[in-house]
Amino acid sequence: MNFFLKNKNIFGFAALAFFIIILPFFVESRYYYIVLNVIGLNTIVVIGLNLLIGFAGQISLGHAAFYGMGSYFSGILTVNYGFSLWPAMLAGMLVTGVIAFLIGYPSLKLKGHYLVMATLGFGIIVNILMGELEQFTGGHDGLMGIPPLAIGGLTFDTDLKNFYLIWVFVFACMLAARNLLNSRVGRALRAIHGSETAAASLGVNTAGYKVKVFVLSAVFASIAGSLYAHYITFISPSTYDFYYSIQVVTMVIVGGMGSLWGSLFGAGVLTVISEALHVAKQYHTIAYGLFLCLVLIFLPEGILVGFYNLYLKRKTQKQIMNLN
Amino acid sequence: MDISQQIAQYIITGLTIGAIYALVAIGFNIIHNATGIVNFAQCEFISLGGMFMYTLVVPLKVKLFIAFFISMAAVALIGALIERGPIRHARSKEIIILIFLTIGISEVLRGIAQEAWGTDNVGVPAFSGESPIHLPGGAAIVPQHIWIFVITVLIVLMLHYFFKKTLMGKAMRATAVNRQAAMLVGIPVNRMVLLSFAFSGGLGAVAGMIIAPISTTSYDTGIMLGLKGFAAAILGGYGNFAGAILGGTILGLMESLGAGLISSQYKDAIAFFVLLLVLFLKPEGILGYGESEKV
Repeated sequence: MNFFLKNKNIFGFAALAFFIIILPFFVESRYYYIVLNVIGLNTIVVIGLNLLIGFAGQISLGHAAFYGMGSYFSGILTVNYGFSLWPAMLAGMLVTGVIAFLIGYPSLKLKGHYLVMATLGFGIIVNILMGELEQFTGGHDGLMGIPPLAIGGLTFDTDLKNFYLIWVFVFACMLAARNLLNSRVGRALRAIHGSETAAASLGVNTAGYKVKVFVLSAVFASIAGSLYAHYITFISPSTYDFYYSIQVVTMVIVGGMGSLWGSLFGAGVLTVISEALHVAKQYHTIAYGLFLCLVLIFLPEGILVGFYNLYLKRKTQKQIMNLN
Repeated sequence: MDISQQIAQYIITGLTIGAIYALVAIGFNIIHNATGIVNFAQCEFISLGGMFMYTLVVPLKVKLFIAFFISMAAVALIGALIERGPIRHARSKEIIILIFLTIGISEVLRGIAQEAWGTDNVGVPAFSGESPIHLPGGAAIVPQHIWIFVITVLIVLMLHYFFKKTLMGKAMRATAVNRQAAMLVGIPVNRMVLLSFAFSGGLGAVAGMIIAPISTTSYDTGIMLGLKGFAAAILGGYGNFAGAILGGTILGLMESLGAGLISSQYKDAIAFFVLLLVLFLKPEGILGYGESEKV
């Protein structure tokens, strides 16, 4: 983690912007665009979740619900109620944030695994409601004909346009998260990450910050959900089930808890692996679980940070050898 | 059937499913007390218990009574192996990492189970006949319900005896209270943790086996049952055994009454809604103390 925080990240952001701009020149098939766009959407969710897991040390197993709320608010408000695009998205963010606050506030005041249960339960409830509130959500058949986003005369109706739209959001979210971590709030969060008791004794309102981070992570997920709905133009409850919640958490771990760039890496690697594993259809679950287990057992800091630490260790060992 | 009979029926069903949740919740609590983690592989213990039982009783024609103990032992062994393997060898002992590790293990186990048994639901014969017994109030009860109550009560009593009276049980409780202090007085803490995984494996298996004749079983029945068992544990106060029983019973009753009187489509939603409500009003659970985060 230190590695990523120490470097001022300007290089990283420049590289990210560069790749976002030039990548479409190398992408040919529609399929790859879809994969890239899904990576982008997952990255947005994972950045928020990583702030929660990596810095507040709390687990959410209900982010599929927040992602889904973004999608369904955008979808329902634009299709059924004739809302304009951006206000619908904003409404989704607002409601999601308020609900996240209501869930997080009581459960984050306590030590232990109360948020896991609260988010897990909430996720299941929301998923059931998506299927059952047919007159609003279209039930299990889903909601169709969601209009694409547009700014002025520019409508984001192709994969390429959506690629730029989604990745601009990814870039903005990364930047926002980085600025947050370098601010007063970020220092407080890192203090909590280091030692909660120490942070509290220095006057950091640990429970308060945890709630704020949780709300922020929910709002990020809601943004991603809205983008998804307007991109795919069709949503159904199965996208937002318990497994999606687990998937995004896995991405946080594989990328490295508390590592901003790790979020991008984790979302990228796992989305690609998940796609690639569709070939081995029946062994998908086993392979996915095994991968998660191996990373957690041997590289608990995440793949990127884990290997970097191993490299550092090797280097120091070599230096010691040379001294001898 | 008039409404009071229906309600009696719902209560019986609710208590039955509540007993299952209580067993699962106790499994969660045992591991939580020994290690501080939430063991999501508990869900798989339930499925595996049911599926082992099915394999032994239906295709292999083993006597039900024997099959019960074989499956219980097998799943307890799997629980022990999980601790002895991945959990113990994980490089990081951070609780959050270990919790995710149990999710990973759970996926692997479920994947293997799916390979081994396919995705179909299968039935297991009831322990002693299916003809319902009519109660004086007008409600009916199938023998399997009685089996569930009796087995659950027996297990709870046995666990109570084990934890209160035996040396090993006391050692496990000591480990739960303070791991380092337990180590200092010579308790083999690692073995206690191993034992807690085996226990919770056995409990999960029993829960899966006794419910199987009523609700059929498949490679992933344990997910919902397990998650609700976890909910029951939190509802009662995480780590608290009496709380697990109370939480399981309340959750089972709410779910059954809610499904019967309100809407069966919202059955799962009702159970979790009750949980959220309790978390909101008394977040440490009904019988829990809960360590406040405020300094």
